[in-house]
Amino acid sequence: MEPIIHIDQIHKYFGHVHALRGVSLDIYKGEVVVVIGPSGSGKSTLLRCINRLEEFDQGQIVVDGITLDSAENINAVRTEVGMVFQQFNLFPHLSVLENVTLAQTVVRKRNPTEAKKTGMQLLEKVGIPEKAHVYPLQLSGGQQQRVAIARALAMNPKIMLFDEPTSALDPEMIQEVLDVMLALAREGMTMVVVSHEMGFARAAANRAILMDEGQIIEEAPPNVLFTNPTNERTKLFLSKVLL
Amino acid sequence: MVSSINENNSKNGEKKVHSFYFDRWWLLLFGVIAIIVLLVIFKPDPFRRIIIFVYDGIGVTIFTTVVSFVLVLIFGLVAGLGRISKNIILNGMATIYVELVRGIPLLVQLMFWYFAFPSVIQEVGNAFGISSFATYRANPFLMAILGLTFCYSAYMSEVYRAGIQSISKGQMEAARSLGMNYFQSMRFVILPQAIRVILPPVGNEFITLLKDSSLISVVAVADITRRGREFMAANFIPIQTWVMVALLYLVLTLFSARIVNWIERKTKLER
Repeated sequence: MEPIIHIDQIHKYFGHVHALRGVSLDIYKGEVVVVIGPSGSGKSTLLRCINRLEEFDQGQIVVDGITLDSAENINAVRTEVGMVFQQFNLFPHLSVLENVTLAQTVVRKRNPTEAKKTGMQLLEKVGIPEKAHVYPLQLSGGQQQRVAIARALAMNPKIMLFDEPTSALDPEMIQEVLDVMLALAREGMTMVVVSHEMGFARAAANRAILMDEGQIIEEAPPNVLFTNPTNERTKLFLSKVLL
Repeated sequence: MVSSINENNSKNGEKKVHSFYFDRWWLLLFGVIAIIVLLVIFKPDPFRRIIIFVYDGIGVTIFTTVVSFVLVLIFGLVAGLGRISKNIILNGMATIYVELVRGIPLLVQLMFWYFAFPSVIQEVGNAFGISSFATYRANPFLMAILGLTFCYSAYMSEVYRAGIQSISKGQMEAARSLGMNYFQSMRFVILPQAIRVILPPVGNEFITLLKDSSLISVVAVADITRRGREFMAANFIPIQTWVMVALLYLVLTLFSARIVNWIERKTKLER
């Protein structure tokens, strides 16, 4: 079977910092992959390379059969890949519903009625249809992140990328976001999640990956990786995270 | 000052703004207008005569300023986008334009457009035998608007640049990650937010442009200032003339400031 995301030996430099050192990774349709690792290990950079928010210097990435090289291909890939950010990045000048309909009308060229219908369905799915006409900054962090997920889903993506989706949230709001992500995983969405939420990883992920210093150190099913790591660096990292 | 009240008590938490707001700075404007009216009523000679003489200049000043400003908003944006472009050529061209124009006094630039530029066209016409160029005569109005636009677009590009750069990078990334291209992201996500940020400095540019438009009086455009000078030359009453000219400018600038302030309050982001 062809992987839906094929990452082949990519290298990325920030000035003199070698942020990704020949990372290769294949992800298959319907898989949920959780990426963990210390800060600065390159996990977010890797994620951002998949929809080319970050350019890479060597290697290649093929997403759903499309090679990330031309501007045209990059836009094509981005319409198929949804992304959720640590800082939500909702559009503060638009209402919640408008946040969810904007790209549908501008990129997918759906008519406004159709876009609104899809938008409301998605807001119901993430559990906040009653906030449709509120502005993002009036919402709690957890609500904002759920809107951000709905906004990404509105494009009917084949893949969802999550860049530390719960790191900027107050503890009591983390679960509501994880619940939405869990539901999504159960529906068979292909997901790549940079997160240290071990509970989510155990419940939803097929694979967990530990990155350090721009390389993949170890990959295994989450239960194995978290309880029985083979690599010394994995053990060291987990001992710090799982206090 | 009576405060504006933002209420958020309707169902669904929809935004609902009741605002009654009296901006006391309007009083300053009304004060200036009252002074003009009193002067005209109680001292019609010379103040009524001055107003009647200068009257057509008011229209010229307003027209030139507004037309130039609309053009400045467009070309300033183009230059501003050039300034933040990663394309070396676009960025270089925009930067050179801004740096050069900012370094030359507006008065000198206006002199160039009115006196030197037509000569350049004529020389070119003579050299290449293009008769319409050789007989080219500058229209003062056109050259004044060209000069003001050329100069102020450079200032405005910096305002746009600062405004766009003040919007967090995450906004552009979110827009791009949804598949929008650069221009769609600018149009629907970045600029609507940047405009709120730059409204005060843009308003400021408008008022400065309005005042600087008095410089076009030296290139044969009959604006308020030029009409004032003509009146003074004919009547030899400098004090009354220039007081009245100053008061007329004040009406325009104070009014503009209130309008800018009103727009600012209208477009404030809901929080």
